[in-house]
Amino acid sequence: MGNVLNLLIRRVWISLLVLVGVSILIFLIARVIPGDPARIALGPNATDEQVIKLRGELHLDDPIWKQYGYFASELLQGDLGTSLYTNRPVVKDIAQFLPATLELVFAAGILMVMIGLPLGIISAKYEGRFLDNLIRVIALLGVSAPSFVWAVILMLLFAFFLPLFPIAGRIHTDFDIARTTGFLLIDTLLVGNLRAFFDAIWHLFLPAFALALSGIGQAARLTRANMTETYRRPYIEMAHSYGFPGWRVARKYAFKPSLIPSLTIIGLDFAAMLGNAFLVEAIFAWPGLSRYGVAVILRKDLNAIVGTVLIISAAFLIANLIVDLLIALLNPKIRYARRSP
Amino acid sequence: MKRAVRIIFATPLSVIGVILIGLVVGSAILADFITPFPSHRGTVVDFDNFNQPPDWTNIMGTDLVGRDLFTRIIYAYRISLILGIVVLLLAVPLGVTVGLMAGYLGPRVRFVLMRTTEVFLSIPPLVLAMSIMGVLEPTLINGMMAVTVMWWPWYSRLVHNLTLAEREEGYVLAAEVIGASRFHIMFVEILPNCFPAILTKMTLDLGFVILIASSLSFLGLGVQPPTPDLGSMVAEGARYLPDSWWLTVFPGLAILVAVFGFNLLGDAMREVLGTHQ
Repeated sequence: MGNVLNLLIRRVWISLLVLVGVSILIFLIARVIPGDPARIALGPNATDEQVIKLRGELHLDDPIWKQYGYFASELLQGDLGTSLYTNRPVVKDIAQFLPATLELVFAAGILMVMIGLPLGIISAKYEGRFLDNLIRVIALLGVSAPSFVWAVILMLLFAFFLPLFPIAGRIHTDFDIARTTGFLLIDTLLVGNLRAFFDAIWHLFLPAFALALSGIGQAARLTRANMTETYRRPYIEMAHSYGFPGWRVARKYAFKPSLIPSLTIIGLDFAAMLGNAFLVEAIFAWPGLSRYGVAVILRKDLNAIVGTVLIISAAFLIANLIVDLLIALLNPKIRYARRSP
Repeated sequence: MKRAVRIIFATPLSVIGVILIGLVVGSAILADFITPFPSHRGTVVDFDNFNQPPDWTNIMGTDLVGRDLFTRIIYAYRISLILGIVVLLLAVPLGVTVGLMAGYLGPRVRFVLMRTTEVFLSIPPLVLAMSIMGVLEPTLINGMMAVTVMWWPWYSRLVHNLTLAEREEGYVLAAEVIGASRFHIMFVEILPNCFPAILTKMTLDLGFVILIASSLSFLGLGVQPPTPDLGSMVAEGARYLPDSWWLTVFPGLAILVAVFGFNLLGDAMREVLGTHQ
């Protein structure tokens, strides 16, 4: 375990460094904006004195590295400034909208693993046969359309033509659930309302599936590619010749070594889903970060843009950290290594 | 040339891919001749025929101001393809150069370049492009820039990994021994050996650039009306679901067809050229 812990500490350290890099990058992007941020913030009717005053307050006349210093020290105190769009602290806005987005992304992540990996395993086991080709085409179709297209198609098919699922929203308006965590699946359980809990899942399914489709395709394709390579190894032949049942060989001997590269891709897809959630939320009127994010971008609300991107990147880095940890735990080469590599 | 033929006829799926790409690219080039109402790509208004379901004159129906949807989709292909090609022409040389330098020029250069690359890769791609569009005006040129900024790091990572493997090869050592310049070794010796992987990725990416660009314009952060764009067509039509389903379904399927075609071909290239990553 010592090795895994060392690795974890190193990864946390690197992630923090990368996060500093991200904050610099986002800060620079926000500062190359054409035009005066102070004037944009105050609107066209502001007087020159007001603009000069706000420029002073925002430290806009200082050199850029000094500006970043102010920004970073506020950031360390958990302050992302005030949104010009809602007139509230950006941290509060994000805290309000982020849980709905994360709930959607987590649900999609679970679907991706639970559907994508088995599809890949089946595909590899029946390599070259009809089932394999069918799964490959489906997986490729999944990655070939942006998630808003899948959202539209799924909504038309399973909410309008076959009214199996609700059309929009997170939960039926009849339920009035006290907000504790912002995650409806947790909040409904906290108040012990099971009907509301299942209603929330029922609302969650279609958007999560639309969001997951490209990840499912990606996970299936990669698992298949790795497993077909593993199948050519001699030890698989040995397992077969011992007379182990085909599924046991597939699961225990061919899939396990292929899981590690698949996990890496799942981490990357998780990042993509944090972005793609914006697209799905727009179609399903999901009250997450999307509407806020797009609104602040269209209004050039710099503090809010910087805050949203930073939080999403942090979420992505944490997800990748978890993936790295899982890989370290699964990989005997790392687990049993004398020193961390 | 022989290899190209082998790629195209590798599997039935790759043939389908080439046919799809041919249809998309061909229709985009010949848009002026094959679309029934070429003027509908602009700000034409025909309120007698607005929001009509598909029929024999308008095979994909008409939009909210009466323009032929099929015509607009073909012209949208033209813009998507131009955008995709321009983005790759900008992003690939940049990413490849960074990757070569990071892989060949020693640990310090590698540290700086690859950590920078990592920073770009740790912002979800769409979010990075969105935040760039956030500070710029939403125009076609700016959209190309935003997508380029998010795209080059993938090439620098790919080429960096390839270079690390290639520089141990005998031919690199031979070139070093006869005193070839580092520029010569990177661009004349190593780079050609990276071409198969780069070309495969470019084929796959042409589809994905179209996909990301349509996502940006779906959010209202890309090409602006009246320029026809698949993403903004879906966004506009989404408000009229389910009754005016053709407004969203056909542009959506149009994206799917184009990206699917490039993916099929890219897969075939991967198999024939042996460029698994």
